[in-house]
Amino acid sequence: MIYKHDVLVVGAGLAGMRAAIAAQQHGVDVAIVSKVYPVRSHSNAAQGGINAALGEGDSWESHAYDTVKGSDYLGDQDAIEILAKEAPQAVLELEHWGVNFSRDETGHLGTRNFGGASQARTYFVADITGQALLQIMFEQLVRSGLKMYNEWFVTSLVLSENRVVGVLALDMRSGQLHGITAKSVVIASGGLGRVFEPSTNALICTGDGMAIAYRAGAQLMDMEMMQYHPTTLKGSGALLTEGARGEGAYLLNANGERFMKKSAPNKMELASRDVVSRAEQTEIDEGRGIDGCVLLDCRHLGRDLIMTKLGQIHELALELAGVDIVKEPVPVRPGFHYPMGGIKTDVFGETTVPGLYAAGEAACVSIHGGNRLGANSLLDTVIYGRRAGEAAADAAAKLAGEEVRETAVRDEERRIQALVDRPDRGQFAAKVRWDMGTGMVTHCGVFRDQKGLEACGDLLHDLKDRFTQVHVGDKGRVFNTNLLSVLELRNMLDLAEAVQLTALTRTESRGAHTRIDYPERDDEHWLRHILLQYREDGPEISYRPVTITQWEPQVRTY
Amino acid sequence: MDIKLKVRRQNPEADDKPFWKDYAVEVPEYYTLLDALLKVREEVDETLALRCSCRSHICGSCGMRVNGHAALACKTKLSDLDQETVTVEPMGNMPVIRDLVVDLEPFWNKLYSIKPYLQPATDPPEREYVVPNETMFHLDGVVNCIMCGACVSDCESLSVNPIFIGPTAFAKEYRFVLDPRDAADRERLSQMNGPGGVWDCTHCFQCVEVCPKDVAPMDRIMAMRRMMMDMGMEQHNGAKRANAFMDLVGTYGRLDETRLLMRSVSGLGELMSFSKVGFRALWKGKLPPLKPHRIAGAPAVRRILERARNQRPRRFKVHQAQEEGVRA
Ligand SMILES: Cc1cc2nc3c(=O)[nH]c(=O)nc-3n(C[C@H](O)[C@H](O)[C@H](O)COP(=O)(O)OP(=O)(O)OC[C@H]3O[C@@H](n4cnc5c(N)ncnc54)[C@H](O)[C@@H]3O)c2cc1C
Ligand code: SF4
Ligand code: SF4
Ligand code: FES
Repeated sequence: MIYKHDVLVVGAGLAGMRAAIAAQQHGVDVAIVSKVYPVRSHSNAAQGGINAALGEGDSWESHAYDTVKGSDYLGDQDAIEILAKEAPQAVLELEHWGVNFSRDETGHLGTRNFGGASQARTYFVADITGQALLQIMFEQLVRSGLKMYNEWFVTSLVLSENRVVGVLALDMRSGQLHGITAKSVVIASGGLGRVFEPSTNALICTGDGMAIAYRAGAQLMDMEMMQYHPTTLKGSGALLTEGARGEGAYLLNANGERFMKKSAPNKMELASRDVVSRAEQTEIDEGRGIDGCVLLDCRHLGRDLIMTKLGQIHELALELAGVDIVKEPVPVRPGFHYPMGGIKTDVFGETTVPGLYAAGEAACVSIHGGNRLGANSLLDTVIYGRRAGEAAADAAAKLAGEEVRETAVRDEERRIQALVDRPDRGQFAAKVRWDMGTGMVTHCGVFRDQKGLEACGDLLHDLKDRFTQVHVGDKGRVFNTNLLSVLELRNMLDLAEAVQLTALTRTESRGAHTRIDYPERDDEHWLRHILLQYREDGPEISYRPVTITQWEPQVRTY
Repeated sequence: MDIKLKVRRQNPEADDKPFWKDYAVEVPEYYTLLDALLKVREEVDETLALRCSCRSHICGSCGMRVNGHAALACKTKLSDLDQETVTVEPMGNMPVIRDLVVDLEPFWNKLYSIKPYLQPATDPPEREYVVPNETMFHLDGVVNCIMCGACVSDCESLSVNPIFIGPTAFAKEYRFVLDPRDAADRERLSQMNGPGGVWDCTHCFQCVEVCPKDVAPMDRIMAMRRMMMDMGMEQHNGAKRANAFMDLVGTYGRLDETRLLMRSVSGLGELMSFSKVGFRALWKGKLPPLKPHRIAGAPAVRRILERARNQRPRRFKVHQAQEEGVRA
């Protein structure tokens, strides 16, 4: 079958749903496709909160400056200004839609502290902010009545004369492949966490949209900038929110010292994530860790505060590590968390391919630059989700548009069937992914150097080879998760290569990208973005200067 | 630790008949059931179909029946089960698509049927709604619901009464009824007064037991029943029964089933439909005495009932507060 809409949004997380709602309000026919039911999207994992300069004495300039500084001056300042200026309205809109944000004693919105911020400007719902936002956004989506293709997996974009005309997608339930024609397509397919092992991300975070757009000719930007979150649980790698440190928790080394006093004497535990993760890794590498971890100590916060504001992490630590944070410190370490990089867009979400838009974690505007501040990415999803949806709708309204042809569906179907029919040569998708993930954390981790990155390149080359042998053991078509994992693996391998290549290219240390062999930030050469273009014979690298409006780069201290 | 997973499977592309398959795996102590199932899927049998994503009980994907009761696989620690064989089945009250994957469309449709979005009285204020933090905090308890369907899977009412809206949708409804910003509470509550509504809940506690997020749907349902009666929605047999129950216990200090029945139904016809049960009870000598007797402690029982009646969640509504000139 071929379905048809004006605007198609790929992904039903916060960014995708916000884009779809906005596009519909601009008077076009909109549909949203997602490989999982909307409320299963990974936005629900966000615990901490969402930033906005709403409080008295706060200003958008201050929020923007903190973001610029947090980004280690790699964020584009025009895009950051928009984010900070529109934040208050975006948070109020969410409140008006029904998010039960925590209040202060007077019944007004209450805030909490978050890393890298000069003011308490993080709005929150206990430690389930993402879950609350996702539920409310879904409610608004239901209200809008627009068409949802749930549990449909988008396999590729369809182009005609370099313009996007729709997508191909696998209906998981029937196993059938279909085409969906659209005049504009918005990619809001979230992050690529599964490229790394371990990672705080869900199993569905396989960067599909990024890879699909990349192969369709869209540029990727800032792919070397991968954030490691300072407090992920030993073992499972589950995230313990920064909200814990926002509420006053300490980080301790094996000697019981608050080691952050060495690298961030003022902000201590609330310095930027890259700073804290590096400090932790240094403690661990220099032998002052415990079993590859440092300790997060919440004991002095008291049972009441922990239970009312940090209930979710209390539950996670207890269930997954058997630690009661009321009574004991919990072992944590830096763990892969968030890609600052993604599909390059302008401030209207438009990519370098006509008709193609992107928003949320899949996109790179670039707001986050070298390092994302906590609670800025939920904000990114709602603001740039809306902007992309509006722009996509306005463009679609003006276009006649071509259709996805049956032949495109048939070709893709043949490619998929060929995968299913591959003979068993003993290569399993899960094993290849594991080797990729652990390799990426080893070589493209908190600390990097040329030797490791080159080794990583060899490893990925090998894995791509092995991928051609990976087989699909499940020959059925209904809900074939095995087939899905192979399609996802292909996407992840392309992205892993993008990360490795850009990390090798950037010969300086900035934000989350720390090169042991180039320890200094080098503004003279590297105040610019690295862009990648997909080519059959390997990625092509280009550069773009950072947009600076009013904040000249300075030395970054916390 | 060695563990045997006994999994109920079903394949629509074969004969679609359920069958059991055993998997013996060796797993570390800290493994969850989901970890073990993924190990099976990755290393032993790639054809095993299941849904999962977050691995940290927040996405609601991995609901299934574990040893007969609905649970999240990622929240079920194998060592806590303390059993060598674990039975794994798809969730109940929902048709199976394949293996552990069930058809959730009816589940979502029921949710959509309650108009699951905020309906304020007027355009929003310029800034945020000013409301007491306790009311927002109270909502956390239901906003916590991750729509996993575990409660629906094990709901006893649903298993015999497919039109029952069900615990998930009602928990959601409660969220709006209690939300200070929602002004449609009267319509919402009266919608639930009809067939498939809150009175169809059999008070079986299953949803409370199996919910991985402590949403306690049944408690929400009971709270909404009380609100409906406070608003004067007392025509439903369920409401009549509740009133009669309180009245009888308040008067006699004990329950009188005969009068309870007579006052819970509408008209003689309906009463007659219970005649078979009545005759059988009479035959077995189980018919309650026709004239009830009052127990000695009746006044004390009455006082307890009164106190219970006054323990309601505080309801604060922005639109009413504005009309009445009160502030948060
Ligand atoms: C543990 C954790 C805690 C976090 N805490 C915070 C916080 O406190 N504050 C903050 O601001 N940010 C936080 N973040 C980051 C933030 O939650 C995410 O960046 C953001 O929610 C991403 O939203 P999204 O809409 O871009 O993507 P997602 O919510 O990930 O949605 C992606 C969507 O794309 C769909 N999709 C993907 N691939 C396909 C395909 N091939 N076909 C069809 N559909 C597809 C998925 O089904 C899904 O619906 C946190 C992240 C994590 C992991
Ligand atoms: S208490 Fe009511 S809603 Fe809950 S499972 Fe039982 S019948 Fe269903
Ligand atoms: S109420 Fe509990 S069991 Fe029911 S869907 Fe919500 S989280 Fe799951
Ligand atoms: S995998 Fe998300 S709830 Fe279990």
